[in-house]
Amino acid sequence: MIETINLTKQFGSLTAVKELHIAVKDGEVFGLLGPNGAGKTTTIRMLTTLSRPASGTARIAGFDIINDPLAVKSIIGVVPQMLNLDIDLTAAENLEYHGRLHRMEAADRRGRAEELLRFTGLWEKRDTHVEHLSGGMRRRLLIARGLMHRPKVVFLDEPTVGLDPQARRMIWGMLLDLKRSGITILLTTHYIEEADALCDRVAILRQGTVIALDRPSALKSNVGAFALECLGRQDIARKFFRSREEAIEAGKDVCTDIVVRDVTLEDVFIKLTGERIET
Amino acid sequence: MNFYPIFWKDLLLIRKKPWKFLASSMVMPVLYLVTFGWGLGRGMAMANGGTYLDFVLPGLLVMSAMNNSFGPVSTSVNVSKLYTKTIEEVLVSPVSHWDIALGRALMGLVRGMFSALLLLVVGLLSGARLHLSPGLVLVLGLTSFCFASAAVAAAMVAKSHEDMSNFNSFVIIPMSFLAGTFFTPDKLPEPFHSAVLIYPLTHASMLLRAFAAGEVPSIPSLLILTAYAALFFYLAGRMVKRAV
Repeated sequence: MIETINLTKQFGSLTAVKELHIAVKDGEVFGLLGPNGAGKTTTIRMLTTLSRPASGTARIAGFDIINDPLAVKSIIGVVPQMLNLDIDLTAAENLEYHGRLHRMEAADRRGRAEELLRFTGLWEKRDTHVEHLSGGMRRRLLIARGLMHRPKVVFLDEPTVGLDPQARRMIWGMLLDLKRSGITILLTTHYIEEADALCDRVAILRQGTVIALDRPSALKSNVGAFALECLGRQDIARKFFRSREEAIEAGKDVCTDIVVRDVTLEDVFIKLTGERIET
Repeated sequence: MNFYPIFWKDLLLIRKKPWKFLASSMVMPVLYLVTFGWGLGRGMAMANGGTYLDFVLPGLLVMSAMNNSFGPVSTSVNVSKLYTKTIEEVLVSPVSHWDIALGRALMGLVRGMFSALLLLVVGLLSGARLHLSPGLVLVLGLTSFCFASAAVAAAMVAKSHEDMSNFNSFVIIPMSFLAGTFFTPDKLPEPFHSAVLIYPLTHASMLLRAFAAGEVPSIPSLLILTAYAALFFYLAGRMVKRAV
C-alpha cells in the first residue's frame, strides 16, 4: 500500500531522511519509532505531499507522490501532530468543511460526520466551537477529520503527544478499533508503549535512517526476553537475558537493588544505538 | 474546479460574526471620508464645478476595495500558513493550487466589494454626486480581485508576520496615498507622474473616476488593471504550489 524508494530529504547540509526504503502492506499498522529529530515527521510530510523529497519517491496505492499528488491526496487521511483545526468553527463544521474539500455529497457528509463524532465520543460536543474543547477532545476530532472522507491510508503523526494517560488510552482504543476495520495506518511515535500496543511492524529510525524493522515481538526477542537494571545506577548499563532466572542470577554480581522486567522497544533502541528514545 | 469549499468556509466565518465583519470593513473608509471628504474638502470647489467630496469618493472607493481585499486575505493566509497551520488541511486535500488561490481571492473580492459598496452608500447619503453604472461595479470587482490575489501571493511568500507588515508598509500604504486617491496623477511632475502609473491602484482610481463622472474610461487603464489581476492571480497560484 505504501512503498518508499530511496526517499531522501535535506535541509541545507542536514540530511533529515536518508534513502528510506519501507513497504507497508494493505491493512497493516506500521510504526515509525525514534527520538525527536529522527526524521519521522519529515517522512510523513513527504508521504502526504506536504514536502517535496530531495531525491527518491514513494507510491501510495500505486500513485506516485511526486507525479500524481492529487490522486494521493484523495486516498489518504492525515492526522498531524499540530492541532490545526479551525478554532472558530464547531466540531461538526470542521468535519463538514473537510467533507466539502473532498467533494463528499451533502447527505454523506452529514451521515459520516455523525458516525465519526459518535465514534470519537464527541457527538454531544458537535456544536461546540473547537476553542472550547480540551486537548484530548481536539485530538480525537483531528482523528475524526482525518477519517471523514474514508481514506484508504491514514497517516498519524504522534497521535497522542501531550495527552494525559487517560486520554492517550482512549485514543489507543480508537486506533485499535480502526486497526480491526482493516484500514492501513502509518503512525509515528516516540512512545515505546504506543508502538508496542498498536503496530504490526515497526521501523526504528535514527538520524533519518532505518536501523531496524520488524514486528515488535521479533525486534525485542533479538535483544532478549528480560532486562536487568540497577536501581539508581545510571552508570551501569542494562543487560538482557533469555530468562528471568538468568537475569536475577547475573544481577547478584552487579549491584544490590536490581530490577528485572520484560524487554521493551526502547531496550532495542538502546542496544542498537546506546541512546534512549524517550527523553 | 474545487474552490468553493475554501470560499464557503470564509463565508461561514463571516456569517458567524457579521457585526465584526461590518465594523472592520467600515472603519478605515469612513475615517477617510470624514477626514478628506467632509473635514478638508466639503467646501472646496473643483474646477469642473463639483465638490472635493465628489472627486475624492471614487478614489476612496478603490482604496477601500484594495485595503479590504488585501488586508484580511493576507492576514488570514499568513496566519494559517505560519501559526495555526490550518492551510495544511487544504494542502493535503485533493484541491489544486489554482482552486486554493481562487477560493481565497474570491473571498477578498467579496470583502473588498462589500466595503466599497458600503462606503458608496455612506458617500451618497452624505451628498456626493456620482454617476452609477455597471462599470463602477466592474472596476471595484477587478480591483478587489487584483489585490486579493496579490495578498495570497505575498502571504505565501512571507516567511514571518514581519515580512507581511513590511510589504504593507513599503507597497500598500504608499500606493494608497500616491495612486491618485486624493489627487489626479497628472498633477504630478515627471518622473513621478510616470512612476505612479506603475501602480494598479492608479489605473483603478482613474477608471472609477471616469465612470463616476459619466465619462468614457481609458481602455489602456482597463487593460492594465485586468493584466495586473491576471498576473497576481497567476503568482498566487504559483506561490501556493511552491509551498508544497
